Amino acid sequence: MKKTESSQAPLWRDEFAIDVATDSYVTRRQFSKFLVLTSLGMFAGNLWILVKSWFRSSPRFEPQPLGIVDELAVGDVKLFSYPTQEDPCILIRTGIDQFVAYSQKCTHLSCAVYYAKQENRLECPCHEGYFSVEDGSVLQGPPPRRLPRVVLQRDGDNLTATGVEL
Amino acid sequence: MQNTKSLAFFIDPSRCIGCEACVNACAECETHRGYPMIHVDYLDRSRSTATVPAVCMHCDRPTCAEVCPADAIKKTEDGVVQSSLKPRCIACSNCVLACPFGIPKMKSELEQMMKCDMCYDRTAAGKRPMCATVCPSQALAYVPVDEIVRTRREKPVNVFFFGKERVTTKVFMMAPLSVDAFDVDIADFIWEPES
Repeated sequence: MKKTESSQAPLWRDEFAIDVATDSYVTRRQFSKFLVLTSLGMFAGNLWILVKSWFRSSPRFEPQPLGIVDELAVGDVKLFSYPTQEDPCILIRTGIDQFVAYSQKCTHLSCAVYYAKQENRLECPCHEGYFSVEDGSVLQGPPPRRLPRVVLQRDGDNLTATGVEL
Repeated sequence: MQNTKSLAFFIDPSRCIGCEACVNACAECETHRGYPMIHVDYLDRSRSTATVPAVCMHCDRPTCAEVCPADAIKKTEDGVVQSSLKPRCIACSNCVLACPFGIPKMKSELEQMMKCDMCYDRTAAGKRPMCATVCPSQALAYVPVDEIVRTRREKPVNVFFFGKERVTTKVFMMAPLSVDAFDVDIADFIWEPES
């Protein structure tokens, strides 16, 4: 059975039609219009973002007690959430009087990082992204930026989280 | 056949005297100044003076456009297959090789294929193509269909067979009354005598 011409024609033939009547020819004027309008849209969008950033208030961090110092031995970790329940963080006692805390979300794809005691670094098991314990900077792997650092305040034996440094 | 009052293009090779007036008239057209978009073929130059004007047949399904990788050849709504679009043509000569009638010619100096577009600027405005206006023997005729039927012995035919491939065209070839379709034996065409 002979097929009709339309069912025989492949998709590319529709897009590169021989007949002028069925050809969707983009004129230079149409293309220029598209370019100008798209650029204008992008410009307006950027302007909107800029204006919005002027009026953005800086986030407030409520102090959150993390418990007493003696709960942790040197090299031990404690998991907590700060500033909200959706922000898992990790607290590490790196020395007798040294405490650091970081967001537990890897900056690559948000896997939970853990503290590797032997190597003294934070490791992400998903893609082997390693972070420094000292300042949370990236040591290796795909993470694009350092871990957000939780600001700690020590008041006698009590530890308190008071802010987050991105 | 279309409306008998409408104009159509007819080629009668038996009338061609090889004067090349059509080629020169074509070259004079201001849209492609100096470059003829048609040519005159010698059928068998060593044995005969017979010539045939090679203007585009304007196929209903143009093979030249089918094979064009750059989408440079277009067919208008009235069935005229246009010459290649200059910004698109990549001078690959695919159309030159594919056309069963041997019409497209690659102009190396322009890096563009140029072929007969039936003087689209003229015929679209109701005028005759340049070649048909100058042809002294009217081997190329652009006249109403009923006129050609009335004034010629031959009959217009626009069906061609190249092997099993059936090609229908907008332009008519004048044929003996017994012929309903031209059957071109490709194998015979390729064959050459040894001596």
